[in-house]
Amino acid sequence: MPYAVKRTGFYALVVFIVLFSVFPFYYAILTSLKSGTALFRVNYLPVDFSLANYEGVLTNGVFPTNILNSVIVAVVVVAISLFLAVTAAYALSRINFAGRGLLLLTILAVSMFPQIAVLAGLFEMVRWAGVYNTLFSLIFAYMIFTLPFTVWVLTTFMRDLPIEIEEAAIVDGASPFTIVMRVFLPLMWPALVTTGLLAFIAAWNEFLFALTFISNNSTRTVPVAIALLSGASEQEIPWGTIMAASVIVTVPLIVLVLIFQRKIISGLTAGGVKG
Amino acid sequence: MKFRNMALAVAASALMSGGAAKAEELALVAGSIGKDISELRMQLDAFEKETGHTVKLVEMPASTTDQFGQYRLWLSAGNADVDVYRTDVIWAPQLATNFVDLSEAMKDEIPKHNPSIIQSQTVDGKLVAFPMYTDAPALYYRSDLLEKYGKEPPKTWAELTETAKEIQDKEREAGNGQMNGFVFQGAPYEGLTCDALEWVASNGGGQIVSPDGEITINNEKAAAAIDMAKGWVGTIAPEGVLSYKEEEARGVWQTGNAVFMRNWPYAYALSAGDDSAVKGKFDVTPLPAGEGGKSAACLGGWNLAVSKYSEHQEAAIELVKFLGSQEAQKERAMNSSRLPTIPALYEDPEIAEAQPIVAAWGDVVENAVPRPSAATKKQYNEVSKEFWTAVNETLSGRGSAADNLDQLEKRLRRLKRSAWE
Amino acid sequence: MANVQAGVPPTDKALDVERKGARPRSDLSRQRLRSAWLFLAPMLLVLALVAGWPLLKTIWFSLTNASLSDLEGAEFVGLRNYWEYVDYGDGEGEYFGLLFDPQWWNAVYNTVYYSVISVAIETVLGLVFALVLNAEFKGRGFVRAAVLIPWAIPTIVSAKMWAWMMNDQFGILNDMLMAIGIISAPVAWTASPDTAMWAVIIVDVWKTTPFMALLILAGLQMVPGDVYEAAKIDGIHPVKVFWKVTLPLIRPAILVAVIFRALDALRVFDLIYVLTPNNTQTKSMSVFAQENLFQFDKFAYGSAASTLLFLVIAFITLFYIKIARLDLGGRGK
Repeated sequence: MPYAVKRTGFYALVVFIVLFSVFPFYYAILTSLKSGTALFRVNYLPVDFSLANYEGVLTNGVFPTNILNSVIVAVVVVAISLFLAVTAAYALSRINFAGRGLLLLTILAVSMFPQIAVLAGLFEMVRWAGVYNTLFSLIFAYMIFTLPFTVWVLTTFMRDLPIEIEEAAIVDGASPFTIVMRVFLPLMWPALVTTGLLAFIAAWNEFLFALTFISNNSTRTVPVAIALLSGASEQEIPWGTIMAASVIVTVPLIVLVLIFQRKIISGLTAGGVKG
Repeated sequence: MKFRNMALAVAASALMSGGAAKAEELALVAGSIGKDISELRMQLDAFEKETGHTVKLVEMPASTTDQFGQYRLWLSAGNADVDVYRTDVIWAPQLATNFVDLSEAMKDEIPKHNPSIIQSQTVDGKLVAFPMYTDAPALYYRSDLLEKYGKEPPKTWAELTETAKEIQDKEREAGNGQMNGFVFQGAPYEGLTCDALEWVASNGGGQIVSPDGEITINNEKAAAAIDMAKGWVGTIAPEGVLSYKEEEARGVWQTGNAVFMRNWPYAYALSAGDDSAVKGKFDVTPLPAGEGGKSAACLGGWNLAVSKYSEHQEAAIELVKFLGSQEAQKERAMNSSRLPTIPALYEDPEIAEAQPIVAAWGDVVENAVPRPSAATKKQYNEVSKEFWTAVNETLSGRGSAADNLDQLEKRLRRLKRSAWE
Repeated sequence: MANVQAGVPPTDKALDVERKGARPRSDLSRQRLRSAWLFLAPMLLVLALVAGWPLLKTIWFSLTNASLSDLEGAEFVGLRNYWEYVDYGDGEGEYFGLLFDPQWWNAVYNTVYYSVISVAIETVLGLVFALVLNAEFKGRGFVRAAVLIPWAIPTIVSAKMWAWMMNDQFGILNDMLMAIGIISAPVAWTASPDTAMWAVIIVDVWKTTPFMALLILAGLQMVPGDVYEAAKIDGIHPVKVFWKVTLPLIRPAILVAVIFRALDALRVFDLIYVLTPNNTQTKSMSVFAQENLFQFDKFAYGSAASTLLFLVIAFITLFYIKIARLDLGGRGK
């Protein structure tokens, strides 16, 4: 095969990959900028530029509150799970004790729990605790996936740090807590940012618990709000509004992901694929 | 965990300080279809002005199936954050234990309303929900197109099929490629139970489960009716009708892309609106009948129920009374062609002037066919799911109507075991 | 947690600092041991509350006659939700329970079908993407960023976006395919029984392929460059190099990615719930369970379905741990 053909083929593949990845989101933006009956004409390039849908979704109703709810839940969930995970990861990675292997195994197993398997039990608990239809219920429930994940990744990260960094502190007689706070924490910012971001995204995107534990639209988080977005529109399903809402909640994520691109990739493949 | 005690304390103090005239903050939940929500908001504003209470509106999607799942969940969680639920006519037996008995509070209002609607909302002598409006579907047709091709509004399904096909084909030939003959609700959800019940009942095939609990759906007439509907999909109805609910069907119709539509009266006011492509070009008629049968309209309608977990029950009942009142029903009929549950309003000249469909629909409502929600009690939702699933499968070409109804009968028997409960 | 699991278990490099410590071993290790459990306690408590207890409750509910409106009044009924023979008398009778429920088996079939097909496509596509991203070319950074976009989009949002693109009347997908001439009439992607499952798979492939690609890419980057150099000098055809050298080297990476994705796919809920509501052709095990738990008055039956799904996933997880031969630091006596 001649070089030129191969090269063209390769670049065609690259173009395909980019289009495949970007087009649906591009089309969502395109749709969100249309108004009225323009919605029902298929266009591949922007023709309208109307911000009416954005205005609608941000001023009518409670969508801004939904965004705020999502931010609160995700931030608190990330803060709590990182806090609990840092100390736990220290214990799991740098202290040798009986049952450690089993513990790690359990944590791995929990991270694979299907949410539906705990839904019935959690529902009863939430109801009993009187936190139904509050953000507390979500903050609590989301620990089931963020906590094992953060513990796991931070454990991996801490194991890979060299022995020497801890030695001096131990010799000085520092307590384990001081070691975590003074020695490890400063080294762990990159790992914390990555894990925190991934946990944030997971909490931001969660749907099943939010659908089950929340009733009022002012308490809903973004995914449920979008799924149930009815929009008091007279033109059947308000696709324009839905797309505008979708773009609003996705853009910050995309920006974050693009900024932390490299870190995320290393976080996703935490520990390296060494088998 | 002290949250529970805290909630109790808050509830107790609310009760103690809750004097009659105190301004309360209520929450009402309702599905959003057409302009229901904006209309409701207007009436709530009036209520707020009159009473000093405030009412928050919790919006839900239009699909009654989606709403039901969520409401059942909230109620079983003892959710005190919603005071008033807008409930579908079929829900009363299933949710009865969660709602306050309204018969005492409404005893002056009840006599004004259609007794069979009140009856449908009464479970074990308890008035579970108070009627807000009733519903009985219509066949919408494009009067301009029928005239153009010299057709009469169809009286039977066979006529409808033929007319729809002819007009659709001719319109498409004339360059109107998007034209469809007929749109209805074919998505797997409660709405399809309504549509299919109409086909079956109008063909003499019974009501799925008879009022005394007998499973009657597995019969030839029912199968023939569903087979007929199967014949529409992909010929006079777009294949996408298998995912259409009310609003999707109206979307196609109101952009001028359907000759016929089966829908509820709310679409009348919207189709006549200024931004509608079919304004002034359509009319309604009762649904067609089957061979040798008579037209059957599925009885719908929405009611208002007060949650027994509400901490503001008195104010909530006040709100229900307000929204179900003659004035509110009249306003709703005038603005959005919602059918009143008060027979007197069908004679009202102002309504007849503003929304002719309302005046014309008194008889249709009287003769509407109820879904078997009373007979199947708490299991209605599952019965309905089995039915709409069997019909949707048939429509989408998975098995013949006869086979699927045979299967359906077996499944319903399994559900029922010895008796509906 | 969708798509963000760490791909791989940590390799064990745990320190035994105490051995090198300056102070007497026993004192120090006792202190460290104590703090270890102190450090672990809060996390373990939260996990027990949020995962352990609810799981036990779910299993318990599956053995009762609990209904949503009366959870407290649940009575133990044994395995009746899984398996029950109802005698109608006169020698007639019928089996009931989850294991005899055709709709449950339909959900199992749908879930397995969806998982196998989508994971297979994602693996192949992910491998292609990874190979492309591993090559040197201008604009590689840009492409790598673009590939991350679908992954960052919430599942609900992607379901809605695609639902709109797949709209039968106004959708761009039909428009495109008709323009190219692949289809002659609009297809109702999410409604038609022939395409509903494929609609779900398409969206999942779109959303998850980047994740697969990144995991595989990480594996590719571990392959030492001199392997390729050597192959080049020996004049071995690149395709042969791929099959004989690259693929075996990245096999562990792919395996891990596949298993993680499969576990994720088996519990699919959001996508199906939003894209194709109430559709028998796409109803997954999670959707089946949710429906019984909250939409029908069958809380116990739904709990039984949840429990079975849990068992399936637990079994696969154990299998994974076994084949991945995880060294989880079993040195602690």
